[in-house]
Amino acid sequence: MGEIALKNLENLTEPLSRDVGGDCCAGGALALAGVTSPEADFSAFVSADPTAFVETDQDGNAMLHLLVENMHCANCIKNIEQSLKSNPAVIDARLNFSSRRLFLRWHSGAADVRNLVRPVIALGYPLTPYNPELMKTASAEENTKLLKALAVAGFAAANVMLLSVSVWAGIFSEDMGPATRDFLHWISALIALPAVAYAGQPFFRSAYGALHAGRVNMDVPISLAVLLAAGMSLAETIQGGEYVYFDASVTLLFFLLIGRYLDKAARSTARSAAERLLLLKAVAATIIKPDGTRQTVPVEAVTPGSRVQIMVGDRLPVDGVVASGRSELDVSLITGESLPTAVERGDLVFAGTLNLNSPLEITAMKTGDNTLLGDIVRLMEAAEQGRAKYVRLADRIAGFYAPAVHTLAAATFIGWWIFGGSWQIALLQAVAVLIITCPCALGLAVPVVQVVASGRLLGKGILVKAADGLERLAEIDTIVFDKTGTLTEGRLDLVNGADISAEDLDLAARLARSSRHPLAMAVARAGNGSGASLDVEEFPGEGLKATLEGKEIRLGSRSWCAVSETNETKTGQGPELWLNVTGREPVQFLFRDHLRPGVRNAIASLLHQGFAVELLSGDRAGVVEELAAAAGIDNWRAGQKPKDKVDRLKELVERGRKVLMVGDGLNDAPALAAAHVSISPATAADISQTAADFVFQGRDLSAVTEAIKVAKFSRRLVLQNFSLAFLYNVIAIPLAVAGMVTPLLAAVAMSASSLIVCLNSLRLRIARERARS
Amino acid sequence: MNVLLFLIPVALFLGGLGLAAFLWSLKSGQYEDLEGAANRILIDDDDDPPSDR
Repeated sequence: MGEIALKNLENLTEPLSRDVGGDCCAGGALALAGVTSPEADFSAFVSADPTAFVETDQDGNAMLHLLVENMHCANCIKNIEQSLKSNPAVIDARLNFSSRRLFLRWHSGAADVRNLVRPVIALGYPLTPYNPELMKTASAEENTKLLKALAVAGFAAANVMLLSVSVWAGIFSEDMGPATRDFLHWISALIALPAVAYAGQPFFRSAYGALHAGRVNMDVPISLAVLLAAGMSLAETIQGGEYVYFDASVTLLFFLLIGRYLDKAARSTARSAAERLLLLKAVAATIIKPDGTRQTVPVEAVTPGSRVQIMVGDRLPVDGVVASGRSELDVSLITGESLPTAVERGDLVFAGTLNLNSPLEITAMKTGDNTLLGDIVRLMEAAEQGRAKYVRLADRIAGFYAPAVHTLAAATFIGWWIFGGSWQIALLQAVAVLIITCPCALGLAVPVVQVVASGRLLGKGILVKAADGLERLAEIDTIVFDKTGTLTEGRLDLVNGADISAEDLDLAARLARSSRHPLAMAVARAGNGSGASLDVEEFPGEGLKATLEGKEIRLGSRSWCAVSETNETKTGQGPELWLNVTGREPVQFLFRDHLRPGVRNAIASLLHQGFAVELLSGDRAGVVEELAAAAGIDNWRAGQKPKDKVDRLKELVERGRKVLMVGDGLNDAPALAAAHVSISPATAADISQTAADFVFQGRDLSAVTEAIKVAKFSRRLVLQNFSLAFLYNVIAIPLAVAGMVTPLLAAVAMSASSLIVCLNSLRLRIARERARS
Repeated sequence: MNVLLFLIPVALFLGGLGLAAFLWSLKSGQYEDLEGAANRILIDDDDDPPSDR
């Protein structure tokens, strides 16, 4: 159970306590723990231009669809819905907990949308408006179709099996007349044939697509077996024959559809995780016309040469040159550096960076896809294409399984024709071979393991985004880490707090409270900045200034506080701040980015398991070296740009390595896409989370070792499942070729093999429960 | 064997009923928020507060 986060009522922009890892949450406490700043979230919401997303229904009421973050439990549902419904203007507020979406309807004109949702954001749930038309993905429809097919197949399988059991019983007791048997066969045909025609479509389509493209996939033998079984059984029924396989064809479809549905469900959760990114592109920019008037326009409408106004807290929409103003920019998205850079007139600035302390006017130079950000995205897309070539294990097996089975069936047909005489009997035996070899267990072998493994990882806070991510993760031999935000928490903290008197710390915190500079925020976190707010002036790139009781107080760089270079030789690798109160000795504040908990253990355990571990960072050599030593990594490179990282990964790939990349920044995104498989923390830039195959929550890096462990176990289980399926084939195929397979035997054997595969996959779950107790 | 003439239609009808019920529940969106339904049951909503009496 985690500790409960407390709301810092003094200062709403700073949450007080954090690190809540438990299963329970009280009144949105968890939401607060995850939130950075409700005010920043609110300005993000406003800058996303929510009014553009508001629709009107036929009664003239306004409607809005929103994505909600930070939801954890029933209390969150209650908090959000009730705080909205307490507003008299709201007609309807309905939250979908699974897809994290909120539907809001209110009397249009009675309230402004911004005021309407403000209490929810203040509770600690960031909101993002979205267009439901754009979000309606084909995959959701496909899932519904599969479910319907599954229901129809299940209905048919149950009923046909009911009839088949009577037929088998009749054969054993030898007292069922041919007329009754034919009657039951006809009814089975009436149920099974429409069911096969309907429920088999997902397989038929995929098989047709593959054959059309000149390939063979697992759906080809499946479709062949199902269609031939149904067709041959129909022919048998018409002739009044004894053996029909209607039961086999529909149960086959039923089992395979279960596998297919699980597979699709895993993929669509992965996709919905990435959906959010599509929405978060900067949508609006404020341009200043030559006559001085301001206008908000869509980002696409900004042309090179136009003047763009950047308010504090805005992300830059374009690349450009600063035309007027002086401020500091958070460039971590581009370079991964945690400290902001000061910019002034004439400096180059890049899209995607965040304006921290004072308004800027920039002249746009490059817009849209031509920005540096666009370049990085392109680099990522190019890298991703390489990975799309990965062939999943099941498809690789299908590559030789399908031809082998078809050859075997053909051989059976020819053999029986030559030695058995009639071609009808030969055809019957060949079809029996196809039915018995239908890869039913193979179709379940991967999806069931995948679902169980994903569930287990989700329990540990690891989200599996790519459907084949587990397969790829099990193959790796080299692990490449990024530094800032991956090995470290990406947040600067005061390290010498104990050396500073409480009075100084509180004074500094009071000053720092007003600033969004990371160092100031670290000071504000460390000290108790209560008291009347001061009239603080911020000088970008230098520091803060305020006056208290007639004394001037300065917090900022060494030169800002007029501290001579020789004063206090205590310098760390990290950045520093000084507090200077007139008439007193200046006080030094030292900061350092902390290693994530569990880094040393995780790295040691990875090295012990025989992985090659490497550190690639965009930071300065000194900082990287010190950190690599602390983490226990011998192999490191500093000053790596996004392209250098991709090149390094390519070099490793050329040497035949399978690389796992763990990174968080936008500058890592291309590398994440280029690696064989990738993991990023949930605190990462959105684009990195999109590029990564796995996303882990929480601070502990042991998530990486856990993911690798589960992936390896899953791979072992998948291979076991394949072996079990093959073992079944080894026993069943000779019987089928010899013509000894009856419909009863086929039904029992196929169901048994599917069940065994499922049960074997569930061992992953049992292993978890054992680990828990 | 005449009993089959009743039993088979009855079995099919019952099965069909189940199928229809499932398809209806699918269509009416009951599978769209499985986690939400599990959580909502924990909310003590006093839709009709006793104090109103």
